Amino acid sequence: MRALTWHGKHDVRVDTVPDPEIINPRDAILEVTSTAICGSDLHLYDGVIPGMMSGDILGHEFMGRVVETGSKSTLKKGQRVVVPFTISCGACFFCQKQLYSACDNSNPVPNQDVTENLYGHAISALFGYSHLTGGYPGGQAEYVRVPFSDVGPIVIPDGMEDDEVLFLSDILPTGWMAAENADIEEGDTVAVWGCGPVGLFAIQSALAMGAARVIAIDEYPNRLELARTLGADVIDFKQTRVLDALMDMSGGLGPDAVIDAVGMEAHGFGVDTMLDNVKQNIGMGADSAHALREAIMAVRKAGRISIPGVYGGFLDKFPLGALMEKGVQVKTGQTHVQRYLDDLLRRIGDGELDTTFLISHRLPLEEAPKGYKNFRYNQDDWTKVVLKPGTAAN
Amino acid sequence: MQTNPASYLGRNRPEPRYSNDRLFWGAVLGVLAGGLGYAALRTSQGRNSVTDRPPDSAPGRTARRSRFGRYAVVGRTVTIAKPRSEVYAFWRDRSNLASFMQNVRSVEETGGLNHWTIEGPAGTEVYLETRMVEDRPDEMISWQSTDASDIETQGKVLFRDAPGDRGTEMEAIIAYVPPMGTLGRWVAKTFQAEPRMQGRRELKRLKMLMETGEIATSALRNSPS
Ligand SMILES: [Zn+2]
Ligand SMILES: [Zn+2]
Repeated sequence: MRALTWHGKHDVRVDTVPDPEIINPRDAILEVTSTAICGSDLHLYDGVIPGMMSGDILGHEFMGRVVETGSKSTLKKGQRVVVPFTISCGACFFCQKQLYSACDNSNPVPNQDVTENLYGHAISALFGYSHLTGGYPGGQAEYVRVPFSDVGPIVIPDGMEDDEVLFLSDILPTGWMAAENADIEEGDTVAVWGCGPVGLFAIQSALAMGAARVIAIDEYPNRLELARTLGADVIDFKQTRVLDALMDMSGGLGPDAVIDAVGMEAHGFGVDTMLDNVKQNIGMGADSAHALREAIMAVRKAGRISIPGVYGGFLDKFPLGALMEKGVQVKTGQTHVQRYLDDLLRRIGDGELDTTFLISHRLPLEEAPKGYKNFRYNQDDWTKVVLKPGTAAN
Repeated sequence: MQTNPASYLGRNRPEPRYSNDRLFWGAVLGVLAGGLGYAALRTSQGRNSVTDRPPDSAPGRTARRSRFGRYAVVGRTVTIAKPRSEVYAFWRDRSNLASFMQNVRSVEETGGLNHWTIEGPAGTEVYLETRMVEDRPDEMISWQSTDASDIETQGKVLFRDAPGDRGTEMEAIIAYVPPMGTLGRWVAKTFQAEPRMQGRRELKRLKMLMETGEIATSALRNSPS
């Protein structure tokens, strides 16, 4: 089959690789019909995530048609399904508590050693990402093997288009959980750093949960315009002092809740960012985190911080004092995707949530490298790239 | 748990020599099993090589010291979301062991003895023969190697109800006499440096198998194409 493979920093290619097979009884094989490039794929593209190997198949946001099932799979051939980017067994302590992204049993045993030493506990598996999270071949390919196919995938009813439901795989539930983690109350002012796909869905979700005002912070005019369309007020950090603006716009109180939808590689003008960049280039270590520091400074006393943005290492100059002295609550983590699927699918069907507005480009799989390059360097225009493996290249 | 320290040994090794360490090892196992033994060992050996420290509640194998006489001890506790009787029964059926112990090719039972065929380094094969020392249904199984084995080792698994209906806490403890020679030094380096890492893999596979019915793999295919 054809698949988008990683070969090093800023080097991704569409290669011919072996087709996947059923290995375990609960597996299924999908023919991929749509798959998106995610902001966190850019961390791989930039080479800042350790544990990658040349030839790895990327892609953790995908959907497709079931073409083969293992003996214990509950899926049927021909069904259209969206697959959560987190791989979860459904049976362990964490899965039973619906903490799916903390699953104990999805990351292959040898792959667990690194994070068990790095974080104290081995983390769960993800599709198409680092070998720290299992090294599972991803969905930016013609076919993909889906383990635990009786737990993860959600069957899509006829009549719903791929583009409407594809983002159930990651960014929609991630944006939703980001807002949920901010424990939003009626009348809240919520500030969101980053108007990438997760930030935009967090904005939409925060408003759906009753926020009176959402303030979106970014530098790209087109992304800020999308945020405005969703109902947010916007701050362009290139022209505005963010902390001053947030204090004024929240009546001098500070935002009740703040969401860091940027993660590492946040680019600001601060000295801390430049320091972070130096350290990040030396290897895995200090995460670049200007947005997070700013969010901690901005949030009101006894406010709430939600961090959907991805971090992997350590953080210098972490304002721990501000966190403690202001009595701030922090919630973060990879998304428990399976927990939200039924509810979010219904909301899409009912027209409560718009999911297609942020797709800027649809490309055949063969043009995936072009998609990566532009998503990386033309972030203003290329807000979200969806690859269609079934369509021919021009 | 590293159930098979023998897997790091070659076939042509001098027979392990028994010694008075047995007595000491008995005390270690007693301690590891919990109960009154704790205080005795702690008093005599000390967790931090400081003999007058009062004992704490931790298992003996988590002591800062890594040797108990000639023995190296590794162990690990894992919670498996299955009833105690089920986990015990799975472990008790020796033919199941090779399904999650990576280096174990087979375990056969004849005449009250278990015969383990274990993959050694560089294609070598290691033989281990063990006899059951104690078998308390749903609670504990312990074993020790016979003179016919390539390695001198003893071990036990303990089964307890996990709090809050979380299933079974299974604790496995293996003690072995580290081999001598070049290979021995290599074993000491890799095995002793990261005993926790070496020790935990087999139990994770067991947990996967019992909870999900399979062992996770990120492979694309069954066999290379
Ligand atoms: Zn994603
Ligand atoms: Zn699980």
